[in-house]
Amino acid sequence: MEDFALILLGTALVNNVVLVKFLGLCPFMGVSRKIDAAVGMGLATTFVLTLAAASSWIVETLILIPLGLGYLRILAFILVIAAIVQFTETVLRKVSPGLYRALGIYLPLITTNCAVLGVALLNIQAEHSFAESLLYGFGSALGFTLVLAIFAGMRERLAQVAVPAVFAGTPIAFIAAGLLSMAFMGFAGLVPN
Amino acid sequence: MITAVASMSALGLGLGLLLGAAARRFHVEMPPVVDEIEDVLPGTNCGQCSFPGCRAAAEALADGAAPVTLCPPGGRETVLKLAEITGADPDAGTATMDEALPLVAFIFEDHCTGCTKCFKRCPTDAIVGASKQIHTVVTDACIGCDACVEVCPTEAIILRSKPITLRTWHWGKPEQRFGAPVMGRLS
Repeated sequence: MEDFALILLGTALVNNVVLVKFLGLCPFMGVSRKIDAAVGMGLATTFVLTLAAASSWIVETLILIPLGLGYLRILAFILVIAAIVQFTETVLRKVSPGLYRALGIYLPLITTNCAVLGVALLNIQAEHSFAESLLYGFGSALGFTLVLAIFAGMRERLAQVAVPAVFAGTPIAFIAAGLLSMAFMGFAGLVPN
Repeated sequence: MITAVASMSALGLGLGLLLGAAARRFHVEMPPVVDEIEDVLPGTNCGQCSFPGCRAAAEALADGAAPVTLCPPGGRETVLKLAEITGADPDAGTATMDEALPLVAFIFEDHCTGCTKCFKRCPTDAIVGASKQIHTVVTDACIGCDACVEVCPTEAIILRSKPITLRTWHWGKPEQRFGAPVMGRLS
């Protein structure tokens, strides 16, 4: 139980996918202008990342390892992740049109999110069990959502203040991202590796 | 080698079948009129109608939530077709619409004073020129937004329909998709 709590804490805060592992930077800069959009993107990613972490573990253990096809890992994982995203979209459209409309364009965008593939690969590298993989994916996604929401909040405030012309727009956002990253360094050492 | 090919093919085939089955099983019944409307729209997803893509515009049109004149690139021809499908009045708002061809800016070079006002206003950098030099328009980059026409002090810029060249000419859209069933009109 304690292990699981540590994994969750470690992935969400200490080894944050965005700020420490530098994965998923594209939505971090791209979809962080408004807090609503950021939270929507975060929730969609949480959903896909957890599923992708679990299913890539299944593919690795049931197909790639028994057949000795470790070198096809990236190919197989991309295939599985793309299929999951497409499947989720199809099902959501039927089951919950409201959520489908809320997630909207974010869902297909996640197919090409490097955090999703990155976490699946990190899981294999760390030789996690199934439950650990699931939690690792979920924790990473939680961290992603948290950072995206915080950063979107910062950018919403930045949009209202008088920023010097040289820094206006994206440059100040990058500086803010750096400061946020440094703030998250405060979590380092919270969980023993 | 053979295991690799076979297993990846099997994985792809399995996932493909799963997706196909899911698409069948979770098929969302859309009124056929939406497909019909989407065929009429240009399909470039330019967003000038303020909907995210032609599909969303088609859905709004089918609901009656959008006017048939919503599509600027489609022009008059699209409005008439849409009006025929939805049974709306095509004349509402068509008077202000131009013919179907997209417009681009054109600079009369003997009137241009090289003041660079239009050059600064152009959102797509489609105007080439420098101070005291005669400007010209890069037709491929111009979106016909009208911003330069307003600022020109000598009225040297007009919007005119895009000249068709060998590079821009293309086949017209076919009337009907192959194999698509002929659907009855709403009205």
